[in-house]
Amino acid sequence: MSPAPTDTAAVAPLDAEPGPVRKPRFAGRFGRRLVGARPLIGLVVVCIAGQLLNADFGTWDNVMNVLTRTAFIGIIAVGMCFVIIGGGIDLSVGSMAALIAGAEILLMNALAPHFSSPITVVLFGLAAAVAMGVLFGLAHGLLITKGSIEPFIVTLGTLGIFRAVLTWLADGGAIMLDGALADAYAPLYYGSLLGLPAPLWVFAAVACAGGFLLNGTRYGRYVQAIGSNEQVARYAAVAVDRVKVVSYVLLGACVGVATVLYVPRLGSASPTTGLLWELEAIAAVIVGGTALKGGSGSVFGTVVGAVLLSVISNILNLTSIISVYLNAAVQGVVIIIVAFLQRGRR
Amino acid sequence: MNRRLFALTALALGLASSIATPAWAQKKVVMGVSIPAATHGWTGGVVYWAKRTGEELEKEIPGLKVIVKTAGSASEQANQVQDLATVSKIDTLVILPFESAPLTQPVAQLKNKGVFVTVVDRGLTDPSAQNAYIAGDNPGFGKVAGEYMAKAMNGKGNVVILRGIPTVIDNERVDAFNAVMKNFPDIKVLDAKHGNWNRDDAFKVMQDYLTRFKEIDAVWASDDDMAVGVQKAIEQAKRSDIKLVLGGAGSKDYIKKVMDGDKLVTADVTYSPSMIADAMKLTAHARAKGEPLAEKTIIPSVLITKDNAKKYYVPASPF
Repeated sequence: MSPAPTDTAAVAPLDAEPGPVRKPRFAGRFGRRLVGARPLIGLVVVCIAGQLLNADFGTWDNVMNVLTRTAFIGIIAVGMCFVIIGGGIDLSVGSMAALIAGAEILLMNALAPHFSSPITVVLFGLAAAVAMGVLFGLAHGLLITKGSIEPFIVTLGTLGIFRAVLTWLADGGAIMLDGALADAYAPLYYGSLLGLPAPLWVFAAVACAGGFLLNGTRYGRYVQAIGSNEQVARYAAVAVDRVKVVSYVLLGACVGVATVLYVPRLGSASPTTGLLWELEAIAAVIVGGTALKGGSGSVFGTVVGAVLLSVISNILNLTSIISVYLNAAVQGVVIIIVAFLQRGRR
Repeated sequence: MNRRLFALTALALGLASSIATPAWAQKKVVMGVSIPAATHGWTGGVVYWAKRTGEELEKEIPGLKVIVKTAGSASEQANQVQDLATVSKIDTLVILPFESAPLTQPVAQLKNKGVFVTVVDRGLTDPSAQNAYIAGDNPGFGKVAGEYMAKAMNGKGNVVILRGIPTVIDNERVDAFNAVMKNFPDIKVLDAKHGNWNRDDAFKVMQDYLTRFKEIDAVWASDDDMAVGVQKAIEQAKRSDIKLVLGGAGSKDYIKKVMDGDKLVTADVTYSPSMIADAMKLTAHARAKGEPLAEKTIIPSVLITKDNAKKYYVPASPF
């Protein structure tokens, strides 16, 4: 039904800006950059507070701990950023991560006796994890576009399906990675390159790729166009369905990559794996200045949002001035304050 | 109109079954077992033990039928309890409630209809809604852990605690643990934060403890799932000051560690999910013989060390 995107006149308004439109667009860009800076201000303020509360907050080890921990949610949030900007949502990412983790471990355990080198098995596991993510994302995309089902419902359904299947695979307990494999796999979480932990490099690479994809490619502009007005994008000959499917596939791949980094941390998957990750990822995207209704947003802001969320819980763990029962309340207050700082954009 | 008719029919059916029950129970017992779904290791164990015991009991006692149902939330469990009564026509209920308060009323209604009710682990807010109560010993769990830890530390050093999900169970355990520690003025409890009985959360909390405290002698992880996360965090930080990690609940992996003489994990404290099996057996036997059941049965939390670990090791259990 929908024609493929081409460089014909029909798409011109989206691709090339005619003279008169240029000015507001530049202003818009500048404004967007400022908006990207607002969550950063929030993050800086929270970090200063953290340093004042506990002098160990700013130590290299603690900063690395927090950033490494953020990597999973951060990578998923970058993918989520595209889906949300395009006017969609994915509630299933936490369950999806759990299922991929469980299936990856089972696959690697099953392959281990057939290969002499555990590294080969781990490489198989990595490829399978990302492939599973892509496949799940594709299923979401097709159900949402070809099946015309609301993304909220599709992903709410798969949220239950993924976690239930994992619980069934694990028989209610935990799926453990075999010893030799765990040792071969461990460097992917615990190892470091040039002094920075491995997950951080992957996180940075995913964020950079995401930023380029959103702001530097035609696909990125199509995502934003669909999010701000799907009908107009359709009339402008944007292949709306295809762009949407690609967004969900990208998110699935991001979940796969995040899982690949998660598995070596504990070497196990259980029914509590990835619990509420979807909310954390969505919160990171929104705190980072992306509109929940879609249309505009920033990958940089999303990364800042993800870091902000884990810094808050880190600070709460490093101090004991507030009753532990109130931890969630503090997080809530900070999220609302940061969101308040970004008001007045629309 | 339709709804009223439906309600009347349901009421009539309920009445009919409550009248029919006494005559019918003598030859046959239908026992419903309602438990939380397997969302973490411990509840996974509960599901395993409930299913296994159900099959064993059906073979052992002729005329006994056991229906095991799992629920994902308190409200789902409340609906399920009603379905067990109206559809499956149970005359005996063994229930491990999700939460005490929301399930008290639904269970009380069943008891009023003549269903025999055994409540496991979490007592109802109104004790008259239950015929028997079978539970693990939460204060004992904290006390046994505290006493072992104090002894292993020779009465001095620094301790950090990881707590579970904020609940009455968790409070009772931690209060009992702290009460023991009060007797040892040279032991300092540095902090107690919630790891939510979850490996990932425990990993993060422990990482931050390690950043914050330069000298930790022992960790009361208070749960074997949390102990997994704690040990990973210690390994990553390459810290050698910690000499003891004490989990709890008795998962097979941690009992195995105790059995194999692990350096950090030298003991465990039971709070076995198999308490559901005990409750089902006691209830089924009492009902089949028509004997009364003790109002309150507490299954003590005991210390597992290298000497007795073998007795508690069940490799077939998922937990």
